[in-house]
Amino acid sequence: MAEEYYELRLYIAGHTAKSATALQNLKKYCEEYLHGQYSIEVIDLLKNPQLAEGDQILAIPTLVKKVPEPVRKIIGDLSNEEKVLVGLDIRPRISAQ
Amino acid sequence: MSSKKSQNIQPFTLEKTPTGISGLDEITFGGLPKGRPSLICGGPGCGKTLFSLEFIVRGAQEFNEPGVFIAFEEKADELAMNVASLGFDLVQLQKDKKIRIDYIHIDKSEIEETGEYDLEGLFIRLGHAIDTIGAKRVVLDTIENLFSGLTNEGILRAELRRLFQFLKDKKVTAIITGERGESSLTRQGLEEYVSDCVILLDHRIINQISTRRLRVIKYRGSLHGTNEYPFLIDEEGIAVLPVTSLMLDKPVSSDAVSSGIPALDKMLDKGGFFKGSSILMSGTAGTGKTSVAATFANAACQRKERCLFFAFEESPQQIIRNMRSLGIDLQHHVDKGYLQFYASRPTLFGLEMHLVVIHKAIRKFKPSVVVLDPITNLISVGTVSDVKSMLVRLIDFLQQEQITVMFTALSLNNIVGEQTDEGVSSLVDAWLMIRDIEMNDERNRGMYIMKSRGMKHSNQIREFVITDKGLDLIDVYVGPEGVLTGSARETQMILEETGEVLHSHAIDRKDREILRKRKVLEAKIDSLRSEFESTEEELNKIYIEEDIKRGVQQQNRQRMSDMRTGRKADDGKTK
Repeated sequence: MAEEYYELRLYIAGHTAKSATALQNLKKYCEEYLHGQYSIEVIDLLKNPQLAEGDQILAIPTLVKKVPEPVRKIIGDLSNEEKVLVGLDIRPRISAQ
Repeated sequence: MSSKKSQNIQPFTLEKTPTGISGLDEITFGGLPKGRPSLICGGPGCGKTLFSLEFIVRGAQEFNEPGVFIAFEEKADELAMNVASLGFDLVQLQKDKKIRIDYIHIDKSEIEETGEYDLEGLFIRLGHAIDTIGAKRVVLDTIENLFSGLTNEGILRAELRRLFQFLKDKKVTAIITGERGESSLTRQGLEEYVSDCVILLDHRIINQISTRRLRVIKYRGSLHGTNEYPFLIDEEGIAVLPVTSLMLDKPVSSDAVSSGIPALDKMLDKGGFFKGSSILMSGTAGTGKTSVAATFANAACQRKERCLFFAFEESPQQIIRNMRSLGIDLQHHVDKGYLQFYASRPTLFGLEMHLVVIHKAIRKFKPSVVVLDPITNLISVGTVSDVKSMLVRLIDFLQQEQITVMFTALSLNNIVGEQTDEGVSSLVDAWLMIRDIEMNDERNRGMYIMKSRGMKHSNQIREFVITDKGLDLIDVYVGPEGVLTGSARETQMILEETGEVLHSHAIDRKDREILRKRKVLEAKIDSLRSEFESTEEELNKIYIEEDIKRGVQQQNRQRMSDMRTGRKADDGKTK
């Protein structure tokens, strides 16, 4: 698991408070659990609305995990750490801490 | 609410967007409210998706209004395949940028919710789709799927409210479809948000026959038909039947249409039925109702008018064959295109659906004469009152179109039959009846005109005969023995003829006797006269004798007196 590389996309629509919170939370979790094993692509749908179709985006903000399979979507401001980690298939390394 | 605001802006007229769905625009007096969302709800399989898709396709094809179809249930290619049979080429329309189909997929298993979010993504996609093709029409089918994919209902409801406002701001005419809930119109209470126009679709099964119905539950700021209207999904899409028109303001004609039976025309004052009227032809089994109807159709075709023959009992081939035995060649008219048959079993669809089918067929063929044979078979599909209400609407429509219609009805000797007769008879303009007259081991047919609105007509029963040269009516014999028909009439007529011969013979004899009597009397008169003459002569003789006697006596007396005086004179001379 730890060897896998995570490709993450965060869809936002303009720089709203929710988007900022989501990005902040995401970065925090990634640094904590996936250090060096991830890339984050932020897509602003206000600039590229046509991109919403590809990943079937409805809610904003949406985090899409493309790789590794399976594809998962996490919507919301990512404030619930546990849910985000479950959603990303990252087991929280509680024992290590 | 915002809709109230927009009403205030346009207090007088509500702009409408025609749907292009045949019949619906008539019910709603123009279509759906322009620039506002409308809700279409109904149970599964009631035709919501097709209905909304037809709205988009017709808009693109007929009104040059591009449309966006947001599908939450079916993928674009699935949709295209489903409606290809209706002649909707979604692929081509998408290529032409007339329509755009967006499939929005929500899979709960893929989605994890954490914290606050909104549906801006949906708005952006929708906005993008609308802007790329300049859409005027939008369909969201079925937006309730959002509720199955997302759990935060509070957010969803707030976002839905925002979505409808967004659609209004975009000035698109939108249809939102919703699954029917148990106690409310839609499962998620969408009617709360879309309050301008709500249309309910229904798919009901009565007596194992399904009928689709549509009802405009609500149409804010506009008149609309409030009834349930049956609708049909066929190879040309949806057809809604705008049923009873509200007013009795149909045009009337005083032209007559021949029944095809000259003797029957003669019984009617105008020489036939009024054009655009409805004629009921009822009779018991085997009385020749279909033959009358076929003769009527034949007459229309011979006048080079179009006739549509709805057969609910026999197949067209059967009718054509059977009518040949009357010397009527219907095939000829079929070949020439004057006659069209439309045969279907009554149980094929519900009553309303029959009406829709009949409607469509009439609209297409534009006949001037329509025959329905027989309407009583329709009772197997619905109740008497259903049939009646269907016929009211049919007659209504036919009169509007100035089409003459003949119904045949089987009257059974039971309550149902009588009810039909009673029920239907008040609707029709003319009612012909064929009755069996049973007498002397024989069954004969008697036809009479029960009613014929607006014209004088014979009140006599005529014997109705079917010959190989067609149909004819013969005066029945009404004599001291009562009404006689068939061979009894023939016998009676023969009897009468013999009677007449005997009678005239008797008269001859009487005449001769009189002559003889006269001769005898005359002879007697002669003899009396001669007797009288001889008596007279006798009397005369006496008179003459008397006269002569008297003359002679007088002479004698004269002579006597002369002689006396003479003697005296002689004396004097001598003296």
